[in-house]
Amino acid sequence: MNFLPLWRYQNQLIDGAIVTLELTVIAAIAGLLIGIAGAVALKGRIAPLRWLVRGYIELFRNTPSLIQIFIVFFVLPTFGLKIPAFQAACVALSLYFGAYSVEIIRAGLDSIPRNQVEAGQCLGLSGWQVFRHIVLPPALRNAYPAVTSQFVLLLLGTSLASQVATDELFHVAGFIESRTYRSFEVYAVICVVYFAMAMSFKALFAIIGAMAFRWPRRR
Amino acid sequence: MALVEIRDVHKTFGKTEVLKGVSLDVEEGEIVTIIGRSGSGKSTLLRCINALESVDTGEIHVEGARVHAKMPDLKKFRQRVGIVFQAFNLFPHLKVERNITLAPLLTGRIDKAKARALAEDVLTRVGLADKIDAWPEQLSGGQQQRVAIARCLAMAPHLMLFDEVTSALDPELVGEVLKVMEAMAKQGMTMILVTHEMGFARNVANRIVFMHQGRVWEQGPPAKLFANPETPELASFIASAK
Repeated sequence: MNFLPLWRYQNQLIDGAIVTLELTVIAAIAGLLIGIAGAVALKGRIAPLRWLVRGYIELFRNTPSLIQIFIVFFVLPTFGLKIPAFQAACVALSLYFGAYSVEIIRAGLDSIPRNQVEAGQCLGLSGWQVFRHIVLPPALRNAYPAVTSQFVLLLLGTSLASQVATDELFHVAGFIESRTYRSFEVYAVICVVYFAMAMSFKALFAIIGAMAFRWPRRR
Repeated sequence: MALVEIRDVHKTFGKTEVLKGVSLDVEEGEIVTIIGRSGSGKSTLLRCINALESVDTGEIHVEGARVHAKMPDLKKFRQRVGIVFQAFNLFPHLKVERNITLAPLLTGRIDKAKARALAEDVLTRVGLADKIDAWPEQLSGGQQQRVAIARCLAMAPHLMLFDEVTSALDPELVGEVLKVMEAMAKQGMTMILVTHEMGFARNVANRIVFMHQGRVWEQGPPAKLFANPETPELASFIASAK
């Protein structure tokens, strides 16, 4: 076992980790917005929109995300939509994370009792104001633990983007392995990096959660 | 013209006809208490008055405007009609101050600079000025209900509806809420209450409305109604409520 040959690749590893973080954060934000919009559509009155969202959720939750990335990267260009690898991975991972987020957020919205909505309506608030100020904050709190664990799955899942040659951490590891033939060492190192990133996010989310959701829980 | 005019209102949930032709007028400044057994349609009638439920047939007018779920000024209308619920329905994620000022700020009734003063004012009226920075969960049921009343008062309503507001409270907390309502009554607020508090109905209300099987069965001033009920249904209800 010899980790020394890896030392000169530290900059590549750091760059790879940064790309992994970029992929994760972009897909998480886009996916979360998809999740909120999708959850609102699912609870809405427009039936075709509900079917569309349902279909989207089932499609993306019941197919391998590796194939989703391939389709965006390899198949869309045949229809004239050519996207660079990083962007393709972002799109595919956003849609993947979004599909899970819709269900998580919907469950969060469902957890808010009907009488909260009525109380808001009776104070003369509009539908949007009731949603934004009365329903959404406690719904997000209830959805928060599930969203954060899904986020960690997303972080780990970004390694799939290596298969379309995105220079993220796993792809960089493959490159270093081919140069050094130190398979165990390379993958041990990035494993530790993934673990450290995941644990850091968990700690960060705990802090954010404590700051964002300060009201006492129902007894 | 009466402040509230209810004309031959029918309402059906599924196969159950809950309101079978209810007519009722409430004058400005009047305190009307609706009593009756559970299932007699009291709460449904109250919820129809501010369009939380829509009526099947018949009409409800408040301040001359016909009330229904698609009325053009529904939001403006609801700002003038306050309703307090059995379950308080405070917003758990907002402190007491924000619970009170949220709607006045969002509807443009007041600006930010005056928000805290408004919260202080209405909280003083319900005797809870010291709880302005508390979370709802930190308050007792009676205090939460008084905050809910204050939250309505902050909209300066012309009419207040109370839907069994003391039914979810421990007996020792009922008094503090009734006291607040009594004070509001003295200040001339028009109030329609659904309640099981016969003492309050007898002492504060101008008029008692007894509902039975989806109809206004009997109504009149409390002294007369409690002493000499005309119908056997009311007589047996009063006897059972004692």
